[in-house]
Amino acid sequence: MRIIVFVKQVPDTAEVKINPETNTLVREGVPSIINPYDVHALEAALQIRDHKGGKVIVVTMGPPQAEDALREAVSMGADEVFLVSDRAFAGADTWATSYALYRAAEKIGFDIILCGKQAIDGDTAQVGPETAEFLNIPHISYIRKIEDVSESSIKVQRLMDDGYDIVESSLPLLMTVVKEINTPRLPSLKGKMAAKKAVINKLDLEALGGKEIEANVGLKGSPTQVRNIFAPKCQVQKRELSGTPEEQVAALVQDLRRIRCA
Amino acid sequence: MRIVVISDKCVSCGVCVDSCPFSAIEMRDEKAFITEGCQFCRACMSVCPAGAIVEKAEEGDAKTVADLSAYSGVWVFAEQREGKISGVSYELLGAGRRLANDRGTYLAAVLLGGTVEHTDDLIKWGAEKVYLCSDPILEKFNDEPYSQAMISLIQQYKPEIVLAGATPIGRSFIPRVAASLRTGLTADCTSLEIDKESGNLLQVRPAFGGNIMATILCPNHRPQIATVRPRVMKRDEYDESRKGEIINVDLPSLTTRTKVLDTVKEVSECMLNLQEAEVIVAGGRGMADPKGFKMLEELAELLGGAVGASRAAVDEGWVSYSHQVGQTGKTVCPKIYIACGISGAVQHMVGMQSSDMIIAINKNPEAPIFSAATYYIVGDVNEIVPMMIKQLKEASQS
Ligand SMILES: Cc1cc2nc3c(=O)[nH]c(=O)nc-3n(C[C@H](O)[C@H](O)[C@H](O)COP(=O)(O)OP(=O)(O)OC[C@H]3O[C@@H](n4cnc5c(N)ncnc54)[C@H](O)[C@@H]3O)c2cc1C
Ligand SMILES: Nc1ncnc2c1ncn2[C@@H]1O[C@H](COP(=O)(O)O)[C@@H](O)[C@H]1O
Repeated sequence: MRIIVFVKQVPDTAEVKINPETNTLVREGVPSIINPYDVHALEAALQIRDHKGGKVIVVTMGPPQAEDALREAVSMGADEVFLVSDRAFAGADTWATSYALYRAAEKIGFDIILCGKQAIDGDTAQVGPETAEFLNIPHISYIRKIEDVSESSIKVQRLMDDGYDIVESSLPLLMTVVKEINTPRLPSLKGKMAAKKAVINKLDLEALGGKEIEANVGLKGSPTQVRNIFAPKCQVQKRELSGTPEEQVAALVQDLRRIRCA
Repeated sequence: MRIVVISDKCVSCGVCVDSCPFSAIEMRDEKAFITEGCQFCRACMSVCPAGAIVEKAEEGDAKTVADLSAYSGVWVFAEQREGKISGVSYELLGAGRRLANDRGTYLAAVLLGGTVEHTDDLIKWGAEKVYLCSDPILEKFNDEPYSQAMISLIQQYKPEIVLAGATPIGRSFIPRVAASLRTGLTADCTSLEIDKESGNLLQVRPAFGGNIMATILCPNHRPQIATVRPRVMKRDEYDESRKGEIINVDLPSLTTRTKVLDTVKEVSECMLNLQEAEVIVAGGRGMADPKGFKMLEELAELLGGAVGASRAAVDEGWVSYSHQVGQTGKTVCPKIYIACGISGAVQHMVGMQSSDMIIAINKNPEAPIFSAATYYIVGDVNEIVPMMIKQLKEASQS
């Protein structure tokens, strides 16, 4: 079984802030991490491999420093890693990212692809399903449990708003996972050693199709554009409450009752 | 296209360096320099005080690939589960109505696997046309037949805007539609407007965990597709007398390789209540312990409402996740939202800011929640909330 895991290196968004006065991002010392959902995808892949045999192949598209994410994946137990990187891929939206990942996956070969539910920098949750469409394979999103895997089919639980669906699919298949699916393992000492020596396979524009695909990747291949960014703001009409706390509460309660009874 | 610094204009202030989310700007020879890491987010352009950062066209830039004028109409994907149309569909019709008016075009709904009875509701909530495909393969949700159906309808009728709910269903299959049609998709939009000049759809969405908002365009491809979370848009008026056209479509050759074997319901009552509630009493870290939430429960009961919470309170274990409001919780839109001991982080506010009335109680006069509040009381929740409970009880007895 060949299992590809797509991981993305993202800034730790909990630490990205915007300064509302200057409208600039404050990103001093914001660390880069593997997208947290992708760590769960990797764990799910490792578990399938540990039970069924095969290989876990981790693929990321990003700038050269995304190599760190791949080494981290090796330290957790990934067998092979690929860095999809080229100047031509810069500025990709989800369409163009998915297109490049589709070419990469086709070249690498797979039975299963695992993704995170979404990347925390954009929260779009689009790259998985879009890649599946390009590959012309089925996909299932928001998987919270893998019930059963065989050579040719898989049975999973798909999280919905009001519960979950039990869904069966043939392989090959792409799946996106939510955090409930597992608890990721920590890197082992042996893994950390392996990570240092790991071979990072590189796929550039040429490797994925060169001129033929140039119009479909990076900024040129992206149908969406960012027009501007700004700090979130809300403006409301305030109604002052005055007096002692009792008086303030009394005024409030009166209004609450008026609204509720109206 | 590239983003470049006109070095003559650069005043070496370094503001752009700090503004770049991708650390792709450096100072070289005391001038800003944009490195290969540039992701074209344009953050720097909006902050440069000297107007020294500009876009430069390059050979091979994306050109208009489709005949944009061939596309017209605003479409809403009307989601159904077990024959019941979800509320977000009606909210999208409300948003779609505005857009259709601004574009001078029609508003339609697409219903996959529904029955005619429901179709009428879509018209009463504002759709002029309903495309209905009742193929049994669409009864339960599977990504492939849903996307195939949507793709072939879009190819046939060419709408210029398509809206869908950012629900587990919409978020899962709509990306396949966008991929196949070679067009853009913007997830989780919080505001949708038509740009007066170009007629393009301006799609505003949070980025970087909600710390930043971005306006996204899809200028050269059609349709422009966006998903919107439930409870973000407002419904239009329900009008019994509205008439519309129901168009039955037959889509041969829908196929699926996935199959839903079973559907298991795990509806937690309070989760439903939270999104349906007209009053929500929410607590944050300022409630200090589970006892604080008991107090809020009592207040909520008096007001006929439900209890919400910030993530901090959920993380502390004082209430369960199903009560969480915000970016990673539920989006709610009650008539009255009472925030007790919640600071008002943007991730919380995106989930409740469209409430009709927000009341904030916080002991810190500088708390950001006050900026969104209609009413606020600066004070200790342990003093104010019991006071409210007492006065409400007295008032209801008198
Ligand atoms: C990617 C991401 C997603 C997130 N998603 C969510 C989400 O969905 N929902 C969410 O809520 N958060 C979310 N957060 C977390 C968010 O950033 C805040 O950390 C969180 O909302 C803070 O909760 P709080 O206001 O209860 O706590 P705090 O920020 O600690 O605020 C406590 C407030 O209580 C006040 N207070 C303390 N004691 C009293 C008292 N006795 N009386 C009155 N006032 C008192 C204080 O003045 C303070 O303002 C997310 C964060 C990230 C990075
Ligand atoms: N640049 C990338 N490289 C590898 N995988 C990615 C990349 N971008 C997104 N993904 C995968 O797609 C998932 C969804 O990402 P997104 O659509 O950006 O929210 C992530 O959890 C990853 O598994």
